[in-house]
Order: sequence, then C-alpha cells, then structure tokens
Amino acid sequence: MSGSAGHSVNWVGFVTIVRKEVTRILRIWGQTIVPPAITMTLYFIIFGELIGRRIGDMGGFSYMQYIVPGLVIMSVITNSYGNMVSSFFGAKFGKHIEELLISPLPNWVILAGYVAGALLRGLMVGAVVLAVSLFFTPIEVQHPLVMLSVLLLTAIVFALAGMVNAIFAQKFDDIAIIPTFVLAPLTYLGGVFYSISLLPEFWQGVSVFNPILYMVNGFRYGMLGVSDVSLALSYGVILAAAAMLFAWCLYLLHRGTGLRS
Amino acid sequence: MGAATLHTWWMYALEVDDLRKTYKNGVQALKGISLAVAEGDFFALLGPNGAGKSTLIGVVSSLVTATGGEVRVFGTSIREERSRAMSCIGLVPQELNFNQFEKPLEIVVNQAGYYGIPRATALQRAEKYLKQLNLWDKAQRPSRTLSGGMKRRLMIARAMVNEPRLLILDEPTAGVDIEIRRSMWEFIRGINDRGTTVILTTHYLEEAENLCRNIAIIDQGEIIQNTDMKSLLATLDVETFVLDLRESLAECPRVDGMEIVMTDGRTLEASLPKQKSLNILFAELDRQGIQVLSMRNKSNRLEELFMRLVDRNQAALQAPQERPA
Repeated sequence: MSGSAGHSVNWVGFVTIVRKEVTRILRIWGQTIVPPAITMTLYFIIFGELIGRRIGDMGGFSYMQYIVPGLVIMSVITNSYGNMVSSFFGAKFGKHIEELLISPLPNWVILAGYVAGALLRGLMVGAVVLAVSLFFTPIEVQHPLVMLSVLLLTAIVFALAGMVNAIFAQKFDDIAIIPTFVLAPLTYLGGVFYSISLLPEFWQGVSVFNPILYMVNGFRYGMLGVSDVSLALSYGVILAAAAMLFAWCLYLLHRGTGLRS
Repeated sequence: MGAATLHTWWMYALEVDDLRKTYKNGVQALKGISLAVAEGDFFALLGPNGAGKSTLIGVVSSLVTATGGEVRVFGTSIREERSRAMSCIGLVPQELNFNQFEKPLEIVVNQAGYYGIPRATALQRAEKYLKQLNLWDKAQRPSRTLSGGMKRRLMIARAMVNEPRLLILDEPTAGVDIEIRRSMWEFIRGINDRGTTVILTTHYLEEAENLCRNIAIIDQGEIIQNTDMKSLLATLDVETFVLDLRESLAECPRVDGMEIVMTDGRTLEASLPKQKSLNILFAELDRQGIQVLSMRNKSNRLEELFMRLVDRNQAALQAPQERPA
C-alpha cells in the first residue's frame, strides 16, 4: 500500500472501530451509562449529604464539593477500564477479534480505536456523573483545560491497562480480578474521599506510591484549584503510565500474545 | 523458492515455501510445506481432520505465527508487508467468528471499514453481497437469530466485501443442507469466473471434484499430493460400482478381470480396472441372465483416491515404528 492509501485505510479503520464501540455502548446503555449514574447518586446522598454534613469542610470546600472531582474521576477510571476489558475480551472470547486480526490494519490503529472507544465511554459517564453532582452542589471549575486534560489522560491510561488485562485474560473470571482486587482498593485509597494530609505520616508515605492519587488530585486541582500533590508531578505520573502501557500493549499485540497462535 | 522455482513469482496468488509450525505443546502441525496457487485458480486443499489445513490457512491469514518458512500473497511477503498482503485476502473460517449481537449489515459494513473502504461504498457492497447471498431481508435482524446456513452465507458476504483477489474458504458448507450448498457453489464459482482466486478446504470431496481445478492433499503436516484435478483423477486405476438387481441371486457371479462382491442377494459391488469397459460387465451379466436395474458409483472418484493416498501415507509413516528393534 502506498503511503497515502495506507493512511486512508488506517483512518477509515480507526473510525470504524470507534463507531462500532460507541454503537455497542449505546446499545447496552442500561449496562454502561445508567449504573454509574445510580451508584454515584447514592455516593452523593450517603457520603456527601448524610455523612458529609458531620465532617464539615475539607480543603476550604464543603465535603460534598470536595468529593465531586474524586467521584467523577473514579467513574471515568472504572468505565474506561471496564469498557476496554469487556469489549476486547468479549471479542477475543467470541472470536470476532479475528475480523480485525486478518485485516490490513496495523496494531497501533486497532489499539487506538479501542482506546478511543473506552475514552468516549469514560467521558460519557464522567459527564453524566458531573451532571448528577450539580443536583447536590454548585461547582465552579477553576482550570478547565487542566481538568479536561487530566480526565482524558486518565481515561487513556485505564483503557490501556484494560487492554493488557483483556489480552492476558483467558476466562471471564480473569477480567473481574483486577478491577476487584487492584483497581477498587487503589481508587478508594487514592484520595477520592479525603485529603492525604489527614493520614498519619506513614500512610501519607505509602499513598504517594498510588498512581491514582495523582489522577484524583490533578483532576481536583483542575476543578477546585486544590491538590495534595504538585500538578507537574501529576502530569508526569499520568504521562509516564500512559507511555509505558501504550508500549506494553503494542508489544503484546505485535507478539500476538493471547490472540494469535 | 521451493514450489515456485520454475516460475516467476508474480504468477501466483499464493506461494508457500518450506512452511513450518510447531505449537507450544510440541505438536508439529506443518512440517515444511511448499505449494503455489496460480492467480485465478480454484484450488482444493484437502486432508483428514488434524492434517494441518486450518493451521496453513491460519498462517496465510496471519492468525497463526509460523515457526519457519515463507508465505507470499501475490508476491508480497506476509512477514515483511503484512498489511499489503492482507488487503488481498478474504477469509471464510471454519468456525463462526462474528459478533452474534450485531446485525448482518453492521458486520459486513464494519469489515469493509477494517479494509479502509469508505462507509458509503461499504453500504453499497454490503447490500450487493447480502442480496446475492439471499440475506438482504435479514440484514437488520440480530445475527444470532439466523439459521446455520445463513450464518455461513453471512461469513461469505463478509469475506467478499473487500472484493479480495484471493478468497480462502475453510469448510464453508459444513453443516449446510444440499440446496443451500449448491447455491453457495454457484456463487463461489461465479466469483472465480470473474477472476478471484479461490482456495477451498472441504470434507465434501464431491464439492472439491466439481469445483476445483487443482488440488493439494495434506496429511500429518505434509503435502502428499499436489497436482491438477484431472491428472489426479486419471491415476484412479480401479473404480467401484454398486449394481441393484431385479432378482435375488443365490451366488455371486464371476467376470474375468473384475472383482465382484455380493453385498446382499440383490446388490453387487463390481470393481473395474480402468482399461475394462462397462460393456463387458453388462454383456457378461446379461449372458448369465442377471438383470441390472440401476447403477451408481460406490463413492465419488476423488473420495476413493483421497482415501487411498491418506491410507498409504499413514501406513508409510507407521511402518518404521512397527519394525522390530
């Protein structure tokens, strides 16, 4: 294929994968969009309203306002990861991933298409959760570009992590283990509900090894203008994670791990 | 260059040279296979279950990674220029491998997108092939609701949407009733007539005999026969016919130079060497007062040859192991 023909094939292929993913997300909206909205509404009611009133202010904001960025980024993380892992593993399990594997599309286009699909689901759910939060508390976004860039990069990181999980998974149990035993604890301990300054010194030291802390705080800085860690460090951690996972995914796709015999 | 040594490479839709595949569990599925399929050919790739046919197709379509050797599609190495080589191929796999929650139209249009075909063209082509395969009225139904034969035809429509120069069909008619099978043959024959090279694997040898011009038989990871269909069928030195008789016989008749077996009182199986005429058999039976009501081949000619070749190969492979130490 000549250069321009190759670009055209890649672009049409990329758009096709994204369209297919979005169609899937919207077709099963009752499983993809509604549950996070309901879960987050419960979080706002229980943690924000009922418990939050007794906690008082945190970082100069009401507790309800303080947890909004964390809950938005938590749903973005869960949904971008979940979309990638369920869609890609589903395609592998049902063997229709072969439609892509026999096509002329290079691996990076396949990866980019699936990541874009997962990113869009993360954004859709993030937007829904943010809209729900506005029923409970007013939010004035301080740094919209920071907020948006951290959101996009975080979704990309977890989409890529979901791809690694899906590639190695051999049965449906394998795609539930990481979200349950790794992702959920790291998210809850990543400063979604509290500032790490409240923790004893030892646990503050432990927390800095949790990459999700940097995503939550980067996003919180974008939204509220406060953070437990420096913004530069947040970007550094997120970009490093994205680059490392992207390289790992491409390597696995190139080797055909879990996909080609 | 192996099989392609005597020819220029661009004449071939597919060249396979010393292809090897050993799986992680140690199974040697391909033991240095070489073959060439000319552009425009209708080529049969036959072999018993587990012979290596699907592995070979898997390597050609890049679903299986070869341990050694080379594959070129229209002169393009799949290892060096995978994208270019894959853009020439359409594959109908043995197992259903589409998303059963999607609709046939979505499946075909998406496949076109993976080959870089713009959506407007993809929709036109999808309509064309779904209509040709009598699936257009089912285009908007969830594909899981289609019958087995429809699902097979859907996979053919999907493989055709990029209008491949090389179409590989891995048992496309498995489990399909005879009426649909015949309509699929017509469709595939039409595709080949319009210039598409077709490689077919099937367990219906009558299908291969009717459709294909050239043939390779693979057994235990090796090519044991690779020739044109006519030459192969010409090597069949004995043909067996089943004769249904008007009246029951007490004993089996004898005819010089032919082997006759009485399977029951009113059925004979006559094996004729190729140089013997059927007229001799009928004249002799008539002389003995035996009236034949109908006659048919015991099995089709390719099937008979196939069984002999595979049996001979397996006997040859077992022979050294059975020799006493």
